[in-house]
Amino acid sequence: MEIFLQQLINGLVQGSVYALVALGYTMVYGILGLINFAHGEVVMVGAMVALMSINAMLGSAFPPAIILPVALFAAIFACMLLGYSIERIAYRPLRHAPRLAPLITAIGVSIVLQTLAMIIWGREYHAFPQLFPNQSHNFGGAVINDVQLAIIIIALLVMSMLMLLVHRTRLGRAMRAVAENQSAAILMGININQVISITFMLGSALAAIAGIMVSANYGVVHYYMGFMLGLKAFTAAVLGGIGNLRGAMLGGVLLGLIESLGAGYIGTLTGGFMGSNYQDAFAFLVLIGVLIFRPSGLLGERVADRA
Amino acid sequence: MNLLEVQDLKVSYGGIRALKGISLNIAAGELVALIGSNGAGKSTTLKALAGLLPCQGKLHLQGKSLLHRAGHLRVADGMALVPEGRGVFARLSVQENLQIGAYTRKETAAILEQELQQIYALFPRLKERRNQLAGTLSGGEQQMLAMGRAMMCKPRLLMLDEPSMGLAPLMVEKVFETIQNISTQGVSILLVEQNARQALQIASRGYVLESGSITLSDDAASLLDSAAIQKAYLGS
Ligand SMILES: Nc1ncnc2c1ncn2[C@@H]1O[C@H](COP(=O)(O)OP(=O)(O)O)[C@@H](O)[C@H]1O
Ligand SMILES: [Mg+2]
Repeated sequence: MEIFLQQLINGLVQGSVYALVALGYTMVYGILGLINFAHGEVVMVGAMVALMSINAMLGSAFPPAIILPVALFAAIFACMLLGYSIERIAYRPLRHAPRLAPLITAIGVSIVLQTLAMIIWGREYHAFPQLFPNQSHNFGGAVINDVQLAIIIIALLVMSMLMLLVHRTRLGRAMRAVAENQSAAILMGININQVISITFMLGSALAAIAGIMVSANYGVVHYYMGFMLGLKAFTAAVLGGIGNLRGAMLGGVLLGLIESLGAGYIGTLTGGFMGSNYQDAFAFLVLIGVLIFRPSGLLGERVADRA
Repeated sequence: MNLLEVQDLKVSYGGIRALKGISLNIAAGELVALIGSNGAGKSTTLKALAGLLPCQGKLHLQGKSLLHRAGHLRVADGMALVPEGRGVFARLSVQENLQIGAYTRKETAAILEQELQQIYALFPRLKERRNQLAGTLSGGEQQMLAMGRAMMCKPRLLMLDEPSMGLAPLMVEKVFETIQNISTQGVSILLVEQNARQALQIASRGYVLESGSITLSDDAASLLDSAAIQKAYLGS
């Protein structure tokens, strides 16, 4: 029971991060029908920029309560700029090209960003400094620490704000209109390029937040960290129904839970033959399962004619 | 001065010329019909005017050239198009569709709310269904929604692409009634219709488009009387 509760908590924490990243995939897919494979790298850049900002300020007189928000905003700003540039430079010229072209470009952008990050920040693991004392709390036999608690709460807040934006504001209405029918959106006077740029920037801001979350949780940052995280968040988006915002959030949390419960029990289930190091396999089993049995995902509709 | 002046407008689809240089004009408050058989280039004309297709030639609205103006900017200039197939946002609610019609409007929320209520007064069905997704409406209701949404743009020139297509006879009547109603409010209208007889009956003038060229333009009454037109487009 304690294992169950502990893995539930771990799954929720990890799932919150997946959900934030999956939202970026799903927003871009919803509006452009494009899988932005470079999105995982945006998460990594967010983490790196936050790390650099924190390290630059650590020796100074600034207290942690200033350092963290400044680093957060630096990361968000950098990622929004990056997301904007990716769309502007790599995808916009291919807006009317056959689908394979932007897909290959997306993979190319991902590789370019990884390589650039490796050149700039090196191949080594960087320690992500702990700015605040990270206390652990006992919770019915399971343990949750401050960072994990903050991850869940901030993810909930950010996702609620996004839902409000998309469903209750003029901009959100325009985003949904562009996602559904671009030429009809133009006829309403909507500048679709602007709306698409904003969508990329919003997704990238979420990625920056997610990047800081994983870095603070695991305490390390690495130029390659965006790859696996991006792939799993993409899986989460597909699980929930790509293009569907609620689906991305549900898929993210579910994937986090499946992974951590799977890792917690796989040893017992296989009589010790397989260990929790098989955790990563669960995400891709889920991906394969969804693609075979429910390609439109849990909450998705009509993906077949869009993908 | 005419509200809309079009001269020698040309449009091509990947090397194939769909409009071979057409000229037409519309005076303020006028209701003009554009008729022609399938594939003549009627939709192409409206899309080019609305800025959805690149074109060559001259295109002026209220004396201002729109030729190089992006499509979304032409809405604030006073142009609205209800496209073929209506183009309502199926996954937005009825009310959201109407609200997004006012996307470029700078008026206060109170004024826009008042206009929204006027649309609802015109189309009570839309008010009943304002919280429903637009995709759940019938074809006729969607056409009403598309016209109401275009009115929320507050256009000087409203262009309609086959608004009666696929509708039951009663709905067709309602659509033509609404177009006349909008016209009496002083909005200029360019009406594209397969239903040539009914279009010419409410229009003051008409243009006939044949394979990308305007072959005839006259008073609506004269076109209705013309033997050639009757044979080709009025089925009698
Ligand atoms: N997207 C397109 N690509 C290529 N050709 C097109 C396209 N749209 C229309 N056409 C061609 O242009 C001509 C005019 O079409 P259209 O304007 O839709 O006619 P109408 O609305 O009068 O029926 C037709 O020959 C049609 O096949
Ligand atoms: Mg047509």
